[in-house]
Amino acid sequence: MIPQTFEYTAPATLDAALESLASGERKLLAGGQSLIPLMKLRLAAPDELIDLGHIPGLNEISEAAGTIHIGAMATHHAIETAAAIRGFCPLLAETASRIGDVQVRNMGTIGGSIAHADPASDYPAALLALEARVHLVSQRGERTLPYSEFLLDAFTTALEPDEIVREIEVPVEGSSEGYRYEKHPHPASGFAVVGVAVRVQARGGKITMGRVAVTGMGPHAFRDEGVERLLLDGASISNAVAVLGEGHDANSDTYASADYRRHLARVSAARALTTAISRVA
Amino acid sequence: MATTTIKPQTLVGRGIRRCEDPRLITGTATYLDDIKMPGMHHAVVVRSPHGAAKISGIRTDAALALRGVSAVFTGADVAHLGPVPTAASLPGLRVPHHHLLAQDRVYYQGHPVAVVVASDRYIARDAADLVEVDYEPLPAVTDPEKAIAAGAPAVHPEWPDNTAFTYHQEGGDAAAAFQQADVIVTQRITSQRLIPVAMETRGVVAEWRPGEKSMTLYSSTQIPHLMRSLVAGILGMPENHLRVITPEVGGGFGSKLNVYAEEALVAFVAMRINHPVKWVESRRENFQATIHGRGHVDYYEVAAKRDGTMLGLKLKIIQDLGAYHQLLTAAIPTLSVLMMPGLYRFKNVSADIVGAFTNCVPTDAYRGAGRPEATHGIERMVDILAAELKMDPAEIRLKNFVQNSEFPYATATGLSYDSGNYAAPLKEALAQVDYPSLRAEQERARAEGRLMGIGLSTYGEICAMGPSPAMPAGGWESATVKIEPSGKVTVLTGASPHGQGEETTFAQITADELGVPIEDIMVVHGDTATVQYGIGTFGSRGTAVGGAALYYALQDLKAKIKKFGAMLLKTDAVTLANGACLDEKSGNSASLAQIATAAYVAKELPPNTDPGLVATRFWEPPNFTFPFGAHIVVTEVDRETGQIEIRRYVAVDDIGRIINPLLVAGQVHGGVAQGLGQALWEEAIYDDTGQLVSGELSEYAIAKAASMPWIESSHTETPSPVNPLGVKGVGEAGTIGCSPAVVNSVVDALSHLGVRHIDMPLTPEKVWKLIAQGGRA
Repeated sequence: MIPQTFEYTAPATLDAALESLASGERKLLAGGQSLIPLMKLRLAAPDELIDLGHIPGLNEISEAAGTIHIGAMATHHAIETAAAIRGFCPLLAETASRIGDVQVRNMGTIGGSIAHADPASDYPAALLALEARVHLVSQRGERTLPYSEFLLDAFTTALEPDEIVREIEVPVEGSSEGYRYEKHPHPASGFAVVGVAVRVQARGGKITMGRVAVTGMGPHAFRDEGVERLLLDGASISNAVAVLGEGHDANSDTYASADYRRHLARVSAARALTTAISRVA
Repeated sequence: MATTTIKPQTLVGRGIRRCEDPRLITGTATYLDDIKMPGMHHAVVVRSPHGAAKISGIRTDAALALRGVSAVFTGADVAHLGPVPTAASLPGLRVPHHHLLAQDRVYYQGHPVAVVVASDRYIARDAADLVEVDYEPLPAVTDPEKAIAAGAPAVHPEWPDNTAFTYHQEGGDAAAAFQQADVIVTQRITSQRLIPVAMETRGVVAEWRPGEKSMTLYSSTQIPHLMRSLVAGILGMPENHLRVITPEVGGGFGSKLNVYAEEALVAFVAMRINHPVKWVESRRENFQATIHGRGHVDYYEVAAKRDGTMLGLKLKIIQDLGAYHQLLTAAIPTLSVLMMPGLYRFKNVSADIVGAFTNCVPTDAYRGAGRPEATHGIERMVDILAAELKMDPAEIRLKNFVQNSEFPYATATGLSYDSGNYAAPLKEALAQVDYPSLRAEQERARAEGRLMGIGLSTYGEICAMGPSPAMPAGGWESATVKIEPSGKVTVLTGASPHGQGEETTFAQITADELGVPIEDIMVVHGDTATVQYGIGTFGSRGTAVGGAALYYALQDLKAKIKKFGAMLLKTDAVTLANGACLDEKSGNSASLAQIATAAYVAKELPPNTDPGLVATRFWEPPNFTFPFGAHIVVTEVDRETGQIEIRRYVAVDDIGRIINPLLVAGQVHGGVAQGLGQALWEEAIYDDTGQLVSGELSEYAIAKAASMPWIESSHTETPSPVNPLGVKGVGEAGTIGCSPAVVNSVVDALSHLGVRHIDMPLTPEKVWKLIAQGGRA
């Protein structure tokens, strides 16, 4: 499969990348695990690719003052294995470990993934449950958005055409928290038919904090605060997940109908909660 | 119970590593796309995006205007060539004229409409988008049952009933058997359309030498010699002016047991532009325009006595042919009919086939070709009958097997099963899983609300295709063995291995017969200018027919070696062992190198003997071979999601004598992977307009290493009397044995909920719905 002709540049600085991005029909290459296949099928045909893979520091992962800073070009494999993330944000490491296969995890990046906003991608559930923020830069300046405001719809984000995702900021999980990313992968693509990310804190058998977020089920990932409230109110897991996804559309394809996806989301949420609670320290 | 006996000092029977592997796993092998020639141009085929449409106009000027484009050809340019051949011959078969490029109408998505040629592959691809084709879409039909129903759109306007053929075969008296029956079970069973997905897609390079009027065609194919004859026919070229070379082939599975439009098309283009031309299929084209497999809707009826004795079998097959006949399209379901009785003593059978045209790419041979469908059907029916009679599935099988004393066994479908001990692999597999405790565990699991299943399949298989009278284009195979003047050995085989490892197994056979080190042997194949005419590799025939031809050539050569040995040793009788002739009386010996030198220098010759050490045999097999085996699959079904976990996979295959257990294990593993693919994941889905919805590997799930269970593979060994090696064939056994064992296991897991059948693939949603509905489909 052969893409249409395109120019390729690999700027050495973020400023140079932003300057290139300011004009023309251009696309950022940030791992290429979705964009390149689309180009090979000629479903995407940008005039120019700006490869962010050669900008020093854009893939750094660090922890400071209760926040993990993840450079947009950090690969899924780096996120899966980084000591800072495994130690302070294990939900994200667990989520990254379930993405695609080893080859995809070695090439694909978190910035590329969230900017592409595939409704079946894995990160959105975890980033919503973690209440992550996204740091964006352009020649006009910088801004930080909650991930919940960054993600708008299927393949649609708040990213302006001249902006680049520089960093994802994730508050560290409480050390006593339980967590789980429960996924039903598509047998062909490995994408999430449904993926549910869960965080819980509990004291004396009672849930004191719960975060439940779902990807894959519908056109975009969502956090289900209805389920979270029921958990705080002491509802059983099965009663709480019974309302999961209410008010949200569910996708349907040859592998899974909307009804099955909704059902799978509830089963996955219940299992994620059970595991997460068992992990509460 | 591996009963392979390894003779000391022999290679046959040993699991030596493949000679082919170093080049294959270090990236130094030459595949089709590795071929580069000076001045080579590149072709891209423009294909129909519609399932059915009229072509009202084609404009090529924009494509031709692109710098670097050398030519664009459309249907009118090649109307005088062809047709794309079919070798299947059935009475009354309707064969639409299969042009190399569509004329005024397209019949399936992916149908070739034009070919664009440019100096560069990228330019050719860009130019393909500039060919403007005016289509007037027509109603399509993609479901074979709908296609043969009244009022369906006609795939080919001249045959409005969409029926390419009907076929009937019977043996014994099925009507009487059904009248005598205590119980009759019926079931509709499908074997869905599958995409073969060879790792290497198809590809062709054509090099035309106008001065010599000779064409060299490189093609990733399983059948170089048949391709030479058939492409020469399409082009109207003398066969001896065409040379076909098969480079390394990255998987075929039957999808390259064919002659496609592109082979002749690329050759035609090379002649027209006077440059070498390369065409390599993209993965999307591979999905849309390379043959698919299976595509059965089957209606089964089994008549039995209350004690489980099976009396009669009726089968109606509706075969989805697609829009055209490729090489063997219509013949594939007839193999299902031949094998419909499986391993059981059915005296009375009746079968009907309706071949249905659809607006889909043609179906043809895919690993197993007709036998997986038949095996899936009969093995499901035996389980359904066992459930009806409340018998154990192992017990009902043992009761109905052809008995050891009955071989050769004449089946009601006209075959003669060569040899067998059908109870042996089943008993072995049952022992390996400790069947009684497994059933006890299943009972405990059910009590806990878990869904655990145990599935058996006892499959029979027809291999070593085959005796020529039963084959469309000859069923023999050829071999030449040459001792070179230095004493090195060259084997030329007409079989065209493409992953099966015959460079290793044929070297093992040769090394044992001649007593030479395996390193001294070179096995050559896949070049019609080098290798004598041959048939090719398919239908698990490579070793059982090609290996037998090699064996006989080696016997001829050994006789000649001994003549030269006796001459050199000045005696009248010598033995040949360890690469030398020995005069046992004097103790003198002559090495193969000495004998070879004498045979080629030829200063002196034995009486009535020509110089040289070359022997060629074309060997015609007297019968097919019939491997068999038992697979047991233990599954656990997730009650909440319908997900299936394979807990255990036990395969006991009897494939006759084993030349190389390591290669046999590879064939079993690969076969099971493709059987599992059909059972659990794969399905080529066309929508009602003829769009292939499962058109990418991101949609169409094949087995991956990480999705495979551990396979416990072992063997019983019943030699075949059909060939001197005693081998039967193993290329397809794993696929054939697998799918019914998996489905039987899952149905067994759900049987207490009232489930008695599920069609493949067993997607989680399908299984979940059955659980949620308490077994009601």
